[in-house]
Amino acid sequence: MARVRQFLPHLVLGAGAFIVLLPFYWMFLTSIRSPAEIFDVSLWPIPKQFDMAVNYERAASQVPMMRFMLNGLIVCLGILIVQVATAVPAAYALAKLNFPGRKLLLTLVIAALCVPIQALALPLFVGLAKLDLLNTYFAMMAPFFLSVFAIFLFHQSFRSYPDEIIEAARMDGFSEMEICWGLVLRGSLPSLAAFSVFSVVAHWNDLYWPMIVVTDINLAPPPLGMLFFSDVESGANYGALMAGAALITAPMIVCFLLARRHFIAGITMTGVK
Amino acid sequence: MQKSVELTGIGKGFGADDVLKNIDLSVKPGEFLSLVGMSGCGKSTLLRIIAGLERPDRGSVAIGGADVTELDPSARNLAMVFQSYALYPHMSVRQNIATPLRMRRLSLASRLPLIGALAASAEVLREINKSVEQAAETLHISHLLDRKPAQLSGGQRQRVALARALVRSPAAFLMDEPLSNLDAKLRAHMRNELAALHRRLGATFIYVTHDQTEAMTMSDRIALMSEGRIEQLGTPSELYEHPATLTVARFIGTPSINLVPVEVLPNGSVSLFGQALGLAAAGHNAGPATLGVRAEDVSITPEGLPLRVQRTETHGADRFVHGHLQADEALPVTFRLSIGAPVAVNSDDVIYVSFPPERAHLFGRDGSRLAAFPTDRVAA
Repeated sequence: MARVRQFLPHLVLGAGAFIVLLPFYWMFLTSIRSPAEIFDVSLWPIPKQFDMAVNYERAASQVPMMRFMLNGLIVCLGILIVQVATAVPAAYALAKLNFPGRKLLLTLVIAALCVPIQALALPLFVGLAKLDLLNTYFAMMAPFFLSVFAIFLFHQSFRSYPDEIIEAARMDGFSEMEICWGLVLRGSLPSLAAFSVFSVVAHWNDLYWPMIVVTDINLAPPPLGMLFFSDVESGANYGALMAGAALITAPMIVCFLLARRHFIAGITMTGVK
Repeated sequence: MQKSVELTGIGKGFGADDVLKNIDLSVKPGEFLSLVGMSGCGKSTLLRIIAGLERPDRGSVAIGGADVTELDPSARNLAMVFQSYALYPHMSVRQNIATPLRMRRLSLASRLPLIGALAASAEVLREINKSVEQAAETLHISHLLDRKPAQLSGGQRQRVALARALVRSPAAFLMDEPLSNLDAKLRAHMRNELAALHRRLGATFIYVTHDQTEAMTMSDRIALMSEGRIEQLGTPSELYEHPATLTVARFIGTPSINLVPVEVLPNGSVSLFGQALGLAAAGHNAGPATLGVRAEDVSITPEGLPLRVQRTETHGADRFVHGHLQADEALPVTFRLSIGAPVAVNSDDVIYVSFPPERAHLFGRDGSRLAAFPTDRVAA
């Protein structure tokens, strides 16, 4: 009985992990198979004909993959930097400063969490079109500059920072900005790591918004680029398509593995999931 | 450096409650003044107002004669030691102690990481380093300079917090219950060290505590606070020997003062359960009152108040006897018995105790002290 109790959680978790990882495995498997085997349902890892080199070469040469990656990088970093630069002071003020209307503002932040991007897509698109900003990096980044999720996450984490340290810093002559960035954020690095992973993964993988505001293939981030790619190929070569998908997923996996420990600390500490 | 601290008409309210009601307090240069009281009496709020962390609703704060009521905390040149020590967790001990100096002597650019090293003048950095090492030496923490706060014990963190406070020679030191997180033995030790530090620096100390022993042992003067007011301001012996109110009498002294209900007769004489005590109250104060007698003023006598002994408590040189007056079982009385006294006292014994009337304190119904003088009769 004790043995069962010991193994049961692992069994359940293992099943969960299997379900989550299966699509990635399938993607990778397809990317090394030849067209003849693509629709084979077998999960056997070694294909009869090893087409990895062909598929990956094709994915890398058919479309400007490096260009897509660079676009993705520019968009993700641009969004992340502005999000952190705006959300950290806002969260600090909401968590640690006393001013009238603080509770109301915090309520608005939480309420804003409930508004999906799709609801705002049309007005944002019209606005960007009027300003003649469609087909720019800015158009892809602008709607995400102010992240209420980031404000909320940092607020949760900053709240637990000891008030006495902030007061000691005020007596020592720190400015509020130095306290905010140099002490409080410093004490919440796991949250910063967690948020960075959330933000970068979400915007790296975002297809919806770039598809709306970008038609120029030179500005396309990876998922949109893949879409152009499959159009070019009329969806015929799944092996190469999956090779492309594997290529654009890899940076995110690396990014998560690097920040993994902080990421987990960040979400468990702040009670955000 | 020693500066006076003057508070005039300080008032502060949170919501509907008045936490501080019109406080006037003048701290002399170089004085060790303690603010004591129960939790919620407003002592911490008062300290935070002096520090500038809290703005008073009314009144003014002056340091060294200059009005600082509107100044930011950092412009007041005060150092504060917090109950939780409030060390910067990501900095080493050395950086922690250096921070108040870096913030004052270095420009914003030279405080930035990386670029700062180029912008800061080597001369200033050398001076800062020297001051840090001196402060560390004063508090015997030189060997800890390269550790992080998380690697230190409570007592060591306390010393780092003190070093960080004294490194920049502030106008006055503010301490908010700095010893309350230490264990009893270390607390007693740090009490001595703090008192010695105060003597050596000659600086103004304002010390908040709820522990009357700390206040009694270290202070030049004590301001005892209750419900947002200063009940009594005076030297430790003044507060002990002449408590101005019942609250002060209750708060000061271990064991607590013995309090018994008495009746002031129209002719002024004070009686306890119908027995005259040899004490008379001045003025027209007839009615119920409270009599306070310290444990060391009570002694066993051949006759006097009958007392049933409950238990005795040995404290090395002293023994304390706890018992109840026979006349009223609900009234506990504690008195001190010198260990040298050749008296065997056992539980459930009935003994007789008395006290010299001139050592008794009489308080009226409103808790204020009543003038009283011994009559010629022998204490009952």
